[in-house]
Amino acid sequence: MTAPALEIRNLQKSFGAIQVANDINLALPRGARHALIGPNGAGKTTLVNLITGRIRASAGKVLLDGEEITSLSQAGRTRRGIARTFQVNQLFRNLSVVENVYLAIAERTGACNRLWRSAGSEAAVIEEALDHLQSLELLADACRPVRELPYGRQRLVEIAIALAQRPKLLLLDEPAAGVPSSENHLILDVISRLDPNITILIIEHDMDVVFRFASRITVLVAGAVLTEGTPDEIAADERVRSVYLGERREARRD
Amino acid sequence: MDANNPSPSSLVGTVAAERAHAVDFLARRDRFRVAEALPWLLAMAAYFVFPNQMILGGQTLIMILFALSLDLILGFAGIVTLGHAAYFGVGAYGAALLITDLGWSEPISGLVCGAVLAAIAGFLSGWLLLRYRGLALLVLTLSTTIMLQQLGNLFRDFTGGYDGIPGINIAPLFGLFDYDLYGHTYYLYSLGVLLIALYAVRRIVYSPFGQALVGLRENVARMHALGSPVHWRLVIAYTISAGLAGVAGALFAQTNTLVTLGVFDFDQSAAVLMMLILGGAGWLYGAFVGAVLYMVLQNELAKISPAFWQFGIGLLLIAVVLLSRHGVFGRLANVGRLSPWGARP
Repeated sequence: MTAPALEIRNLQKSFGAIQVANDINLALPRGARHALIGPNGAGKTTLVNLITGRIRASAGKVLLDGEEITSLSQAGRTRRGIARTFQVNQLFRNLSVVENVYLAIAERTGACNRLWRSAGSEAAVIEEALDHLQSLELLADACRPVRELPYGRQRLVEIAIALAQRPKLLLLDEPAAGVPSSENHLILDVISRLDPNITILIIEHDMDVVFRFASRITVLVAGAVLTEGTPDEIAADERVRSVYLGERREARRD
Repeated sequence: MDANNPSPSSLVGTVAAERAHAVDFLARRDRFRVAEALPWLLAMAAYFVFPNQMILGGQTLIMILFALSLDLILGFAGIVTLGHAAYFGVGAYGAALLITDLGWSEPISGLVCGAVLAAIAGFLSGWLLLRYRGLALLVLTLSTTIMLQQLGNLFRDFTGGYDGIPGINIAPLFGLFDYDLYGHTYYLYSLGVLLIALYAVRRIVYSPFGQALVGLRENVARMHALGSPVHWRLVIAYTISAGLAGVAGALFAQTNTLVTLGVFDFDQSAAVLMMLILGGAGWLYGAFVGAVLYMVLQNELAKISPAFWQFGIGLLLIAVVLLSRHGVFGRLANVGRLSPWGARP
């Protein structure tokens, strides 16, 4: 039996007395489409940060293709094939779209170590960047500064950068967050067309997206796994309902 | 044919055109433009029009080089420092001691000596300090420079303390061109060095490495997520910048014939920062505009009021910062996007 693409064992993280990740276990086979849901503050983004190494776990293990990566830096894990998108855009706003994707590729291939060659003459990097833009239909905006793009298209650039890293494991942190519903389909189309070999963990609030996209769902509440199952199982789970209904009732009170 | 459903062949044509446009956009960024000859033509014109001002002219060229070295780390990599005088000072003492202690007076090797020593100092302090950013880095760079100055004071026998090292007399340039009292040879010498330095910095900022530096300025979190070796990128940029500041310091020592510990003064670090902000950080030529403005204004204001000339500089700086986030040059370059220099890299 092959090792899972991503495995998390007994992962713990606490900031002082606050336990933000409490004994989390998770296993994603290669090519998985796995969703992570849960109320606000459940620790979903924290879990993504723990997987990418942006923050260090207090205890527990993270394994990629069966190899432990817990002690690796964020850069080291990126080189092993982990890429992510951010809940709030983390783009080079003043650079053009093509330059944003260019940087992701040039950092991956080591082109960025060259300091005496014109960036514009790195034909292989540029061609690859344009391929990514073409497949996400961003070519028309290639030379525009990212800050001038509508937010929905900026979210696509965020995904283009992550794909340009050629990840084995892709972590999508609310890819459609902040996107007006009229542009929502742009993001969803792209996500549903992603290479089936890439293992994907997606955080998403929109239940329609989750149920359409994911084959398995993990529900996170207060830093701990409440339950895990297929979309049907999760939809039928009373505890999950109460967590969400409870939240909805609170929301209505505001 | 339905306008909303263009034929496949025209779609392919559009895609190919868009790709070609993007390739051209990237290739055009660092193409030399005719307007870039302007600063050099002006510098040569100044040589003929103001033959009596060549001492000031030479000092200005040195400050342009110093500000250009700061631009590489501040304007492109986003490293904010208040201690850049450290490397100017190390370069100045390197070039001075090569002559006075070792008796080697060939000028070009003096520049190389200053550059290498300053680059070593930059590498060591950069490796230690560049783990920090923002306010912490400001304080650390500032105190490093103060410590270097006091170290120089401690080894007074070696450095001459605040009295300095006098009598730094370099041999004729290339064994041919001797120096006159009016600074004509010094001016052309400095201009040549500045031209080479600009070419080097220009190549670096438009390289993939330079693109990564801009990435660090724009969004460090994203660079980490891209797997960039952030610390090393910063250390390498800092080392190159320190080396260039060292060249500026070495030129200063050679043309001034006297170096004192005053080169490490906080004023020096602050002045070069002001020049760059005044001209515009991250534009290459901002260093030119800022240093010329600062030096000429300092010279003219000091004639009016020797004690209060800094008031005028302060006033100008406030006006520029309020009116344009990108300094005087950035303002000019941004007006209607008519800039012959194109976009900020």
